[in-house]
Amino acid sequence: MDSALIPEGVKRCSVGKFLIFLGVVGAVLLWGVFAMLLCWIKGLNQTNMNDYYGFALWIWADLAVIALGGGAFFTGFLRYIIGKDELKNIINYAVLIGFICYSSALLILAIDIGQPLRGWFIFWHANVHSMLTEVAFCLSCYFGVLTIEYLPLILENRQLEKVPFFHHLSHNMHEIMAVFAATGAFLSFFHQGSLGGVSGVLFGRPFGYREGIFIWPWTFFLFTWSAAACGPCFTILITKITEKVTRKKLVKDNVIELLAKISGWMLATYTIAKILDTWYWASVTAPSKGFWVLDFYSNNPFYGPWILVLEIIICGVLPALILITESGRKSKPALLLAVILAAIGVSVNRWVMVLQVMAVPVMPFDSWYMYFPSWQEIATTILPVAYGVILIGLSHRYLPIFPQEKELNPVD
Amino acid sequence: MNKQHNKAKKFGMVIDLDKCTGCGACMVACMAENNVPFKADETNKLDSITWLRVYKLTNGKSFPNADFCYLPRPCMHCEGSHGHSPCVSVCPATATDYSHETGIVSQIYTRCFGCRYCMAACPYHARYFNWWDPVWPEGMEKYLNPNVSVRMRGIVEKCSFCYHRYQLAMEKAYYEGRREIEEQEYQTACTQACPAGAIVFGDLDNPEHAVHELKKNPNAFRLLERLGTNPKVYYISSREWVRQAGDNYLRQEGKSEKN
Repeated sequence: MDSALIPEGVKRCSVGKFLIFLGVVGAVLLWGVFAMLLCWIKGLNQTNMNDYYGFALWIWADLAVIALGGGAFFTGFLRYIIGKDELKNIINYAVLIGFICYSSALLILAIDIGQPLRGWFIFWHANVHSMLTEVAFCLSCYFGVLTIEYLPLILENRQLEKVPFFHHLSHNMHEIMAVFAATGAFLSFFHQGSLGGVSGVLFGRPFGYREGIFIWPWTFFLFTWSAAACGPCFTILITKITEKVTRKKLVKDNVIELLAKISGWMLATYTIAKILDTWYWASVTAPSKGFWVLDFYSNNPFYGPWILVLEIIICGVLPALILITESGRKSKPALLLAVILAAIGVSVNRWVMVLQVMAVPVMPFDSWYMYFPSWQEIATTILPVAYGVILIGLSHRYLPIFPQEKELNPVD
Repeated sequence: MNKQHNKAKKFGMVIDLDKCTGCGACMVACMAENNVPFKADETNKLDSITWLRVYKLTNGKSFPNADFCYLPRPCMHCEGSHGHSPCVSVCPATATDYSHETGIVSQIYTRCFGCRYCMAACPYHARYFNWWDPVWPEGMEKYLNPNVSVRMRGIVEKCSFCYHRYQLAMEKAYYEGRREIEEQEYQTACTQACPAGAIVFGDLDNPEHAVHELKKNPNAFRLLERLGTNPKVYYISSREWVRQAGDNYLRQEGKSEKN
C-alpha cells in the first residue's frame, strides 16, 4: 500500500503491522498529550512539584535528553570537522535522535513553565547574567540547525526526491552540511555548558555550586564533555535497539567501533575530570560553606553515597574501560553494557545536579524533603519517548536513514 | 525644595529572637497587607504561600536543658556581591530586580513566566510559586489591599518589604516638598504587627535609624552568611545555640565562629 514511499532496495514490514505499532505507541502518546493538556489548562498544581522542588522531573528530563541527544553535535563534529569519514554511515541517525531529543526538550520546557504564553519573555526580556537565557538562545538556535540537518533526509524520500527542486535542495544542503555541523558544535558547546552552569552558579546551594573560570563554573565544561562522551553512546544504543527491533543489521561494526572508541576516550577523560571536580568540591568548596561532604549523602531515605559510586565508578569508570579497549568494543555484550551504563551515568549525573540540589537542606534547621512525580509528570515525560519512537519508525520506514542497510541486507 | 538626588538606602531588618514569642501576628499582617492567597486546606506547607514564615528551632536537648526559639524568615533581600543576589542573577527574563536605590529585591509579576529558577537559587525558601489561581472567600475581595496587585497562577512571588508603603511614603514626602522620608514613615506590616517589638525595620546605612546600631550588636548574625548571599535581615539572640543555628559549621570548627 505504501510501497511507493519506501526506499528502493530495502524490505519493510507490512502496513498492517506498522499501523499496529503506530497505534500502540500512539496510545501512549495520547496519554501524554492528555496529561500535557491538563497541565496547560489546570496549571502546575497537576504536578507533585512544590516550593522545595521548583525544579523536578521535567528539568531532569530536559537535561538528560539534551545530554543524550549530544550524539548529533559530536558525531557531526567528528564527521564534518575532524573528517572521520566512516561516520557518514551513522550521522543521519545521530541527527534524527538529536532532533527528537531537542524537540522533546523544547516541548517539556513549554509544559514546565508556569505561564507558557509568556515563554517568549526569555528572549524579549533576556537577562544576560542568567544561564537559562544562554540555554534558551543556544538551544533554540541549535534546534534550528538540527531541523536544517534533518530536512535533506526528508527530501530524500523516494517520492519527494522526484521533485527536481527538492532533489537539488537536498543535494546542495548536503554540500554545505559542514557549515551547519560547525555551527551546531559551537552552539552545543554553549548550551550544554550553560545547562551545567544552571546548578553550578547557584552559590546559595552548596551541593550544586562549583567554582570555575571567569563566569563559567566547572560544571559548564563537565556537562559539555559528558554530553560529547555519552551522547554518541546513546546513538549506538538506539542503533542497536533499532537493529534488534527490525531484525536487521543497519550499521557496520567498524563504524560502531570507531564511534565507541572515541566515546570511550571522551568518557575516560571526562570521568577523570569528574573525579577531580568531586574531590575539589568535597574537600575545598563545600567545607568553605560549612558542609562536610557526607552531609549531602546522609539523614535521608534516598540520597546516599551509593549514588556517587553508581555515577562515577559503575557508570563512568567501567564503561570507559570497556570502550577504550579493543576487546571490549569488539565484544557485543560488553559494548552494549558499556553504552547502556554510559547513558544511565549521564542521566544519573543530571538527576543529581537537579533533584539532589533541591533536596539537600541548606538552612541548618531545615529538613530533607523527598519527591515523587505525579502521573501527569510521568505521562508528559513518557510523551516525548513515544513521539521519538513514532518519528524513528516513520523515518526508518520511509527515509534512507541507514546508508549501509541495502548492502548489509540484500533483497533477493 | 532640595533638588539633590535621593541618597541610596539599604533597607533591612533586625529581629530580636529573644523577644519573639512565635505568636504569628507578623505572618497574619503580612498576608493581609500583601493580598497573599491561601487555600481552603493549608496543611501542606510545601505548596502554601507565606512570605514571612516563622520557623521553630530547638536545641535538641532533653529536659531540663531543652530550649526553643522562633525565627521569623522574610525574604532576606540579599545584596550578594554588588547586587548579584542569588535569585536576581539567575532570572532569565529579568523579572526580579535588585534596587540599588533601596536595596530591595523586587518581583515583577507581569514579567515572570514561572520557570522557578529563582526558587531553586534561594537557600532560604523565601520564594513561592502560585500553584493555583487565588480564590478569595466570598466578599473578601472587598478587603483586599488596593495598593498591592494580586498575583495569578503560574508565577513566583515573595516578600517585598511592603514596597508599596515605601512608594506611598515617598509620594507623600514629595507632595510635602521633601526628598527624604523619616524612619517611621516607612515601616513594614510585620514590624508594626509584632506585639513584642521584636522586628525593627529601617535603613541599615542611616545612623538615625535604629537598625543601624542594632545590627552592630555583638549577638547579631545573619542566616547563611558563609554562602556569600549578603542578606539584609539581621537576627539577635543572646543564646549561643540560636546564633550557631544560623549557619553551617564543620565539626572541627567547634561552632565557635559566632561566639
